Amino acid sequence: MPRPTQTPAINKAFALDALANHQIRLDGRKPLDQRPWSINFYAQPEDDDEAGESAGDSGTASAGLGKVDVRLGKTRVIANISASIVKPREDRPYEGLIYITSEMSGMTNQSYIEGRTTEDEVLTTRLIEKAIRKSEAVDRESLCILAGEKVWAIRITLHYLSDDGNLLDCACMAAMAALRHFKKEEVEVRGDEITVVSTSSAMSDDYLARIEFSSCSLRFGNLQHKASERAPMQLAIHHTPLCVTFAYLDDNNLILDPSHYESSIATGCLTLTLNAQRELCVLSKAGGTPLAKDELMRVVRLAVERVRDMTKALEDALKADEKIRIIEVR
Amino acid sequence: MNFSPHANADGSATMQQGLTTVSATVFGPREPRAQSRGMLLHDRAFLSVEVGEAAWAQQGGSKRSRGDKRLTEVAAAIRDTFEPVVMLQLYPRTEISVYVQVLGSDGGILSTAINATTLALIDAGVAMADYITSLSIGLHLTQPLLDLSGPEESDIPHLVVACLPSTGKISLATLETRIHVDRFEEMLDVGVEGCKVLHTEMQAEVRQRTTTIVERMQMGQGSTAAVAA
Repeated sequence: MPRPTQTPAINKAFALDALANHQIRLDGRKPLDQRPWSINFYAQPEDDDEAGESAGDSGTASAGLGKVDVRLGKTRVIANISASIVKPREDRPYEGLIYITSEMSGMTNQSYIEGRTTEDEVLTTRLIEKAIRKSEAVDRESLCILAGEKVWAIRITLHYLSDDGNLLDCACMAAMAALRHFKKEEVEVRGDEITVVSTSSAMSDDYLARIEFSSCSLRFGNLQHKASERAPMQLAIHHTPLCVTFAYLDDNNLILDPSHYESSIATGCLTLTLNAQRELCVLSKAGGTPLAKDELMRVVRLAVERVRDMTKALEDALKADEKIRIIEVR
Repeated sequence: MNFSPHANADGSATMQQGLTTVSATVFGPREPRAQSRGMLLHDRAFLSVEVGEAAWAQQGGSKRSRGDKRLTEVAAAIRDTFEPVVMLQLYPRTEISVYVQVLGSDGGILSTAINATTLALIDAGVAMADYITSLSIGLHLTQPLLDLSGPEESDIPHLVVACLPSTGKISLATLETRIHVDRFEEMLDVGVEGCKVLHTEMQAEVRQRTTTIVERMQMGQGSTAAVAA
């Protein structure tokens, strides 16, 4: 395990003094300010058909759907969603599958070592799983195509590009933005004949191969359908959980959205996952500074406010993207 | 509750809550082992926590890869919970290792492990600012329930709370299921109360144990005094 970097005591004293006496943090923020969010969806290729052909990926990926680059200050995460058709688990024949994969590369932060799983990474991944999978953000039953035979498997891939603190909030925002943005191909079922209605001709070869490979007794219809028949569908999303992380510096100074330096001198961290309906999905205060109950409830209320703003930022970004992206039925 | 079941450790305790049994063993404060020497801190001790689960404690065969992540998480939670409470500044340049072994799991592993660790640290004579007691709280409709069993835990929303009973401050709170903010407050109240009750129980055990030790010491002193006379 790499030894955590120890910062000079004088730096810490300066940061704590500035916070306690002037209510200001090293990067000029107020204690309860969040760094600005920047949510950028990947641009749509110029010509759908041509571009898709060369990309050779599934149809929705070539339309640039479900790919997002989220930045929170200098912390940066890219999320990508892909969907494939698989056989469901035997004990849950009506439910689709959701996978969350993530990797921290050495470039994320100096304390991560390529190929080795650090404790931080495990904790971040576990919290994202809890926030998105356990809180049932995506309706899994709506991913069912044919009970017991075919369901959609949605894979969320998170690429952590840079960690300047609070990677978790950024990753959760990226994953939810990508899920809300993603659209899967419409599927037509007639008897036991399944047709995937593609958005671009590019996907058909790829899909044809994949489906034939996984099919046993099913016959598949004409896969050369185009989006001329049906537009791709959004995922059924129950709610949008978002993470908010607070840190305690020196036992009684509460700050929101700690930077990497601040989290290294923090005496305790506290992450809440909430949605816009004021529901608490995950609360994780694993040790650290003990808090009185009233203090904890104050933090929860602050988080409720914060999540409202974050949800608005996400909705605005989605709306802005909707205006410029063309997913039309031709 | 059972003290010092482990002969070679500096302190150990087994805690049983329902069918969940957890044993915690403490070594230290001692010189850091070779593999963790890099973690040494010049002005205080550091805590290292390892959590294992016995093969028979897992339900339906072992799921190693997922289990490992879960146990790493439990270990990190225990370490961070005890760090502010154990008086680490009294033991500079040392390591205090806690080994937690889950012997039977029927819900509430984390809370039972925290209780067992508190007792083991007390048994080892490590200075602590307070006890840490922990409980899980569930919610059925609007009725909060205390200390859930395995099947209950998988079905209803639940919250694990660990608190310092003398001040009522909450040092750990984890919630993994969706719940409204107002309901959460009720659960938290019940949890803190429950932790205080658990504290009186644990303290009674610790006092009982200490009384026995003191009696034995006096017995020993009595006999040497008799020989001297």
